[in-house]
Amino acid sequence: MAELCLALAMLGLTAYAVLGSADLGAGLWDLTAGGAERGGRVRGMIQRSMSPVWEANHVWLIFVLVILWTAFPVFFGSIMSTLYVPMFLAALGIIGRGAAFALRGQAATLNEARFLGALFASSSVIVPFCLGAALGGIASGRVPVGNALGAPFESWLNPTSLLIGVLAVVTGAYVSAVYLAADARGAGIEDMVAAFRRRALASGVLAGAIAIGGLFVVRADARDLFDGLTSGGGLVFVALSAVLGAATLALVWTGRVAPARWGSAAAVACVVIGWAFAQSPDLLPGELTFDEAAASDATMTALLVSVAVGMLVLVPSLVYLYRLVLRGDLQQQFEPLDQRFRPITANDHPREEPSP
Amino acid sequence: MEAFVLAAADFAGRLGESNQPDLLWARELQALSFAVHIPLTCFGIAFPAMVLFVEGLYLRTGDPTYRALAKRWSKVMLLMFAVGVVTGTILSFELGLLWPNFMATFGDVFGLAFGLEGFSFFIEAIFIAIYVYGWDRLPPRVHLLTGVPIVIAGLTGSLFVISVNGWMNHPVGFDIAANGDIVNVRPWEALFNENFWHEYVHMYFAGTMVVGFLVAAVYARAWLRGDRSKYVRTALVVPLTVAALTAPAQVVIGDWAGRTVADLQPTKLATFEGLAETTEGAPFHFFGWYESDGQIKGGIEIPYLLSILAYHDPNATVQGLDAVAPDDRPGPVNTVRFAFQAMVGIGTLLAVLGLFYAGVYWRKRRLPRTRWFYRGLIAAGPLAVVALIAGWVTTEVGRQPWIVYEVMRVEDAVTDASGLPFAFAAVALVYLALAAAVVWLLRRLASRPPDVEVAEQVDA
Ligand code: HDD
Ligand code: HEM
Ligand code: HEM
Repeated sequence: MAELCLALAMLGLTAYAVLGSADLGAGLWDLTAGGAERGGRVRGMIQRSMSPVWEANHVWLIFVLVILWTAFPVFFGSIMSTLYVPMFLAALGIIGRGAAFALRGQAATLNEARFLGALFASSSVIVPFCLGAALGGIASGRVPVGNALGAPFESWLNPTSLLIGVLAVVTGAYVSAVYLAADARGAGIEDMVAAFRRRALASGVLAGAIAIGGLFVVRADARDLFDGLTSGGGLVFVALSAVLGAATLALVWTGRVAPARWGSAAAVACVVIGWAFAQSPDLLPGELTFDEAAASDATMTALLVSVAVGMLVLVPSLVYLYRLVLRGDLQQQFEPLDQRFRPITANDHPREEPSP
Repeated sequence: MEAFVLAAADFAGRLGESNQPDLLWARELQALSFAVHIPLTCFGIAFPAMVLFVEGLYLRTGDPTYRALAKRWSKVMLLMFAVGVVTGTILSFELGLLWPNFMATFGDVFGLAFGLEGFSFFIEAIFIAIYVYGWDRLPPRVHLLTGVPIVIAGLTGSLFVISVNGWMNHPVGFDIAANGDIVNVRPWEALFNENFWHEYVHMYFAGTMVVGFLVAAVYARAWLRGDRSKYVRTALVVPLTVAALTAPAQVVIGDWAGRTVADLQPTKLATFEGLAETTEGAPFHFFGWYESDGQIKGGIEIPYLLSILAYHDPNATVQGLDAVAPDDRPGPVNTVRFAFQAMVGIGTLLAVLGLFYAGVYWRKRRLPRTRWFYRGLIAAGPLAVVALIAGWVTTEVGRQPWIVYEVMRVEDAVTDASGLPFAFAAVALVYLALAAAVVWLLRRLASRPPDVEVAEQVDA
């Protein structure tokens, strides 16, 4: 039963790693899109694609937290109290992201949009980095059981954490570029397909390089984790992820962005699963196995039953949402962000006359 | 209950003792975050139904005014939801960041509720996106239907959190073994604890009142400025009617809440009044100051009122603060007293306002004409928010020093991490900025003439 609950948490984490990081990664492209005019189209594309799905993507994070504290309460208490600094920073970053999302659709001047864009972009780097660094602290065995017993900084500022943090940022950028390229293809905005393909290729190669180089870092810093990743189930999924990652890059290279979207998601999922194998049977390496951490059977049964029932409602709803999105029924009009502001004079209402 | 009290003396939880010098900052940070989140979530509770009602009017009559209004409101709804989501996410982090030992010890007892709640958030997030971005894209009837899950999820989303809060006040569904272990967990029993029902109904009505009066207040201003357009009239009447109907009912529900507290948490009830000693036929003081010697200085004494409130019997015996050890008494007493009085006072005023409106409408079939009514409405919106927060202060501070009533103390639940004052400052700054941004945005939305919404329809 503990395994099933862990699988649920992993499912949620994967969903967040794929969907949430696609959203967060977009912030990075927003940041690097260039000056107002040059970057206007890229920013408009991001705004158009991300608005309808942002909130649903984000709920996965809450899902993970809830499963963890219900099914593995001691684990949750220990990581939150030791890793409080990155968790707190990530929480602040999430506020920034949400605020930027909520407000930017209404920004009326280029400067406002720019400010909110900067907020969006910076939180897009902070959130995946901090969450990744926290995972690195867990995986490298730096979190003891207890109330804030670990080192407040070394637990997440160490080679493995830095590696996973950076990897999370770059992977998010990659997944999001692939997603946006596919979305632009669906909407028939070809110059944006090209723009995001370029970005996907660059960040994909970078992510691959960091991942491979990172293995040496992990080997030096967290030998147990390295051994787990390079043997048994860990090895299978790491290898699978590498193959999928390479295949996706090839798809992007040859312009088949729609299937690449699925490939990149699967590659990320494989990394998460590989990590779970590498660490098993420990939740906190050397401290706590997941059998020890597991809640009572009654709780886990209740949790599994309610998740199963919940999924009956959730899955069709999600399918409906993504079908509408993929068909382009919910996307707002594509509107390069700089153009939106062109007809404005000092203090009028920008949207009154939709530009022809 | 008896078994809990015995165990509580040396109950330290699964992560062991804590030694946090800044406990107060942790509490203030938690309180601040709730005070920001809860008013926002009221819009999730009550607003979708109003939006759908107006959209339904449009479908029935075809009048574009209704459509413009529903569309405008749905944008506000999305904004409130997005901000509610981020503040709610902060709360989820804070539960672990501030109270790790509480989560580690009891996460499996009450976690189920949050699990169920997660699904309702999912549904809400999904359909709110479909609804708001689906205007003009989906067939009108389908569009209306996609709003229904939002209404339902608004109800269930708050249901499960409140069940957790009810459980913290009336902890059931587990046993404590002699060695302090939590055993024999019964999650469903914890979910439907006895404190849950009145809290849920009371909160649901509070949310409805808050949204009703706040939205009505916005349009009462336009009304006072002389705008009698159909748009403003509809936007005023719909929320006002809802608020006017719920406000009087809330007094009755509040009475139910008070009697349940008298039953389950007599010490909390004693704190509402500052009743030092167990008294037969206990009085109630409006205003005044509770002194450390147990006297109420100043204030207006109403004899027997506390006994009547708690037991509907002027001669009933009400348990005083002296029934528990000084360490186990909630504090500061005056915070709870004033919070309780603010809530009850405002609740009574709002009920009168609601009855006045209902009376005029009943007899004359029109809106009240006196300008004072509209001025009152403008005040009523913020006052309802004050009552809401005051009610939570009553409940939460009145539960102190326990995080889990008579089982676990807040000082045992709190994190051992450092930097809490800094965290408080950072979060406070961020919330200030967020509040400024939301106000700015709402004003921006309001400054656009409603025909913006209709014009797009002509294009489509
Ligand atoms: C608009 C908001 C509002 C209004 C007008 C009232 N309340 Fe209230 N009250 C709340 C909003 C609220 C709340 C914020 O929703 C609380 C906090 C916890 C809860 O269950 O509801 C609450 C709690 C609460 C409690 C404590 C429950 C507990 O600790 O379990 C009592 C005894 C009352 N209320 C009584 C009243 C009475 C007698 C009112 C009559 C005038 C009243 N309330 C009006
Ligand atoms: C589930 C619904 C809950 C609601 C709606 C709620 C609401 C509130 C409110 C409104 C306050 C005081 C606000 C103020 O002083 O301005 C408060 C205080 C507090 N809450 Fe809760 N709470 C809930 C659950 C929790 C949980 C889960 C915890 C802890 C794990 C918690 C711990 C506290 C603490 C320690 C305080 C500070 C009390 C004080 O200042 O004396 N509450 N809560
Ligand atoms: C009286 C207390 C509370 C009520 C009535 C309430 C209700 C709601 C509602 C209706 C939403 C949906 C968003 C919206 O419409 O704005 C929401 C969001 C949220 N709430 Fe609360 N909540 C309360 C307290 C809490 C507490 C104690 C937590 C702590 C875990 C919490 C966590 C969340 C989260 C994580 C979200 C975001 C959900 C999403 O992403 O859609 N809430 N809350």
